[in-house]
Amino acid sequence: MWKKAILRPAAVLLLFAVPLLIKSNYLLSILIVIGLYTIIVQGLGILMGYAGQVSFGHAAFFGLGGYTVAILTTRFHWPTVLALPAAALLPGVIAAIIGRPTLKLRELYLALATLGFGILVHIAFTEGKELTGGPSGITGIPYLSIGGLTFDSDIKFFYLVWITLFLILAGINNLVRSRVGRALRAISESEHAAENAGIDTAKLKLQAFIFSALLAGLAGGLYAFYVTFISPSPFGFHASVQFVLMAVIGGLGTFWGPLLGAAVVVTLGEFLRWAVPLVIPGAGGEYQIIFFGLILVLLMIFRPEGLGALGKCLKLSPEKMPGTGIPSKDI
Amino acid sequence: MHIADQLLQLLFTGLTLGSIYSLIALALVTTFNITGILNLAQGEFVALGALLAVSMYAAGMPMAAAFTVSVLLVAMLGGFLERFAIHTARGASGLTLIIITIGLSISLRGLALLIWGTETYSLPAFSKGGPLFIGGAAVNPQSLWIFGLTAITLAGLYAFFELTYWGKAVKASVINRAAARLVGINPHTVSFLAFTASGALGAAAGIFIAPITMTTYDMGFMLGLKGFVAAVIGGLSNVGGAVLGGILLGILESYSAGLISSGLKDAIAIIILLAVLLIRPEGIIGAIRERKI
Amino acid sequence: MLLEVKGLTKFFGGVAAVKDVGFKVSKGSIFALIGPNGAGKTTIFNLITGALPPDSGTIRFEGRQLVGLKPYQIAAAGITRTFQNLQLFSGMTVLENVLTGAYLKGRTGFVKSLFCLPSKNREDKRIKEEALALLEEIGLEEAAGLPAAALPFGQQRLLEIARALASGPRLVLLDEPAAGLNSTETRSLAAYLKKLREKGLTMLLIEHDMETVMEVADRVLVLNFGHVIAEGTPQEVQADPEVIKAYLGEDDQVA
Repeated sequence: MWKKAILRPAAVLLLFAVPLLIKSNYLLSILIVIGLYTIIVQGLGILMGYAGQVSFGHAAFFGLGGYTVAILTTRFHWPTVLALPAAALLPGVIAAIIGRPTLKLRELYLALATLGFGILVHIAFTEGKELTGGPSGITGIPYLSIGGLTFDSDIKFFYLVWITLFLILAGINNLVRSRVGRALRAISESEHAAENAGIDTAKLKLQAFIFSALLAGLAGGLYAFYVTFISPSPFGFHASVQFVLMAVIGGLGTFWGPLLGAAVVVTLGEFLRWAVPLVIPGAGGEYQIIFFGLILVLLMIFRPEGLGALGKCLKLSPEKMPGTGIPSKDI
Repeated sequence: MHIADQLLQLLFTGLTLGSIYSLIALALVTTFNITGILNLAQGEFVALGALLAVSMYAAGMPMAAAFTVSVLLVAMLGGFLERFAIHTARGASGLTLIIITIGLSISLRGLALLIWGTETYSLPAFSKGGPLFIGGAAVNPQSLWIFGLTAITLAGLYAFFELTYWGKAVKASVINRAAARLVGINPHTVSFLAFTASGALGAAAGIFIAPITMTTYDMGFMLGLKGFVAAVIGGLSNVGGAVLGGILLGILESYSAGLISSGLKDAIAIIILLAVLLIRPEGIIGAIRERKI
Repeated sequence: MLLEVKGLTKFFGGVAAVKDVGFKVSKGSIFALIGPNGAGKTTIFNLITGALPPDSGTIRFEGRQLVGLKPYQIAAAGITRTFQNLQLFSGMTVLENVLTGAYLKGRTGFVKSLFCLPSKNREDKRIKEEALALLEEIGLEEAAGLPAAALPFGQQRLLEIARALASGPRLVLLDEPAAGLNSTETRSLAAYLKKLREKGLTMLLIEHDMETVMEVADRVLVLNFGHVIAEGTPQEVQADPEVIKAYLGEDDQVA
């Protein structure tokens, strides 16, 4: 307990000092992106690491949040402070609608269904030209302003994103230690045993799914306010895979895993963008995805519990990876 | 064009598309039946086969040689990936294996991007001469090549699994691993061969369709996905169902693109996928698979 | 009657795993199901707890029809179980397993769990105290903080029983609780089951160890190939010629 009492305020202080220490807008923007991705991966981590359900379609919820902000503020001239909660709510509602039938599916079929949903939404972004602006997207999204405070600089946005993230972290910290958190873990360990303990597994899985969609939508809304421009390309299948990669790299079912995973993947992506053209002149496009794919493969083979568990493996390595894949024991 | 002719034309287009999806679905279903793994990198085998053949043909190799070499190369790649990733991770949960094949898929796509860039390539048609006309609709001779490959693949798979000793033994080994050992079948070898064969089949499909589709580094993604849709319509483990599923999907796509909007083409496949998964996960055509609790 | 099963039937493919099985369990008794492997005992547990839907038949618990309810609803009605092949939450500690078993005692939902509310903390504290008391009663209090997977096998069996008891059920289904236990552990398990009965708990017991069955059971139902072949007190059943015949081919099952 005393550790937390010191660590938490120290972490918050450090956080507040970051923009004063870093003068580079580039570094600040990377920290903002890491913060945004961590919000998404927090939700995905609850879904995958605790409830044991995979989603290869979370980029869709991220995108739905972004487009909600873009459309409400530019087409319907909503106040920005109302558009942001709408960006979280709409994906939540959609998750509630599609979640019940979808979460009945297991493993392979759930992966395929969420993947299909993600691609379908991505197609809608590209094809729904009147509403979404098609492939070229929507420009001119206003800055977010809350009660006279306008988030028009990287520094302000940095504080906004990271304070939001810390509030979410605090909430998740409460959740995973609670009755509901234990019940979610029980689902990923043995659905039969969980049901026999009186846990309505279908309902909890759905709640975890909605929660993860809300967070992804919130991150999408913040993203739209940050870049003030939105197009379909950041919300495709690759983004969904990257979110899964972040969740897995950081270690599923761990508290700091999502932050670690997002930081590693974003930093690695930036590094590769700089390093690959030095090695292979003229390389363009999203070639860093080669490495993301390889890392994902190697992780799943050799360290499915993620990098975050590196310290733990010295003591007692878990027999199976928690969360990914319900152990299909027969009764 | 007369409306009847147009409908007929769309039917031929749909059959061609459907044959392509069927080929990919056949490779998926065969691998799935033998190994229990749905290989989400199957589409990448198709793209790599086509791109390799394009490069070799452009470098002056005769078509037949370019075809053979790229089929062999992609087959080797399939076998290598099985050894490198699938075999190493054996015993992992189904979900872990899915994530592995997704990882392989995006890596291969990235590799193709690095080598071939974002340009669009093409191969010349296999046979010279213009289109054939059947009842007012044009049929590209290349479509006939594709129909032929699908028919031969289906017949070959059927003959192997139903008529040969080894085919029957492999089928038995899927049902009962212990029995497999008794008749001298090593499941690890069978899994290796399944990925090698699906690499070869994917590459062959890619080269056959290269003359009539735009060959790009990322063509494999949608093709692979539609292969799954076809396979899922057919019930995932049913070879005949996969072919019917592919044809059905091709025709639906062709008509919806031709009559409604071409932007809908890809969406149709996904909507079918979701509908089948949510309403009848055992497939529309496939036999109902028994579920164990 | 606490539990009344009538005409229970379940087919797998074309084979009847359970055929027209009926029995009544009175409150505060231990009712044993015995029979050779494949006689349908575990299937009956799966039907009662809702893991499988019966093809026909009724299951009444405290007068309430259970057929059609989901497993979690049946647990909420007051029936929990243990599993023959342990299904502990192996990534959790011993205490967390029992706390999860006590899920039904809590009220805090998903949204409230995100916040630090006094009502939630009070509830957590109360449930934790009860869980610790249960662990003490079963003799696992010192292992409370250990990962469940780190326990020796015998204690894992006890933990499953503790988890099943944690929600305060009125009927517990025990699927071979003595399997894999040594004779000392089996004795103390039998004593514990009798103690639970004294407290008024009703138990259905599947057990291969006949000594334990004869010692603790009030009534015994004998199954073979999904059919009931005998029912009665342990003494009556032991003397039944049908039962002796059924067990002759399977004498390795009788201790």
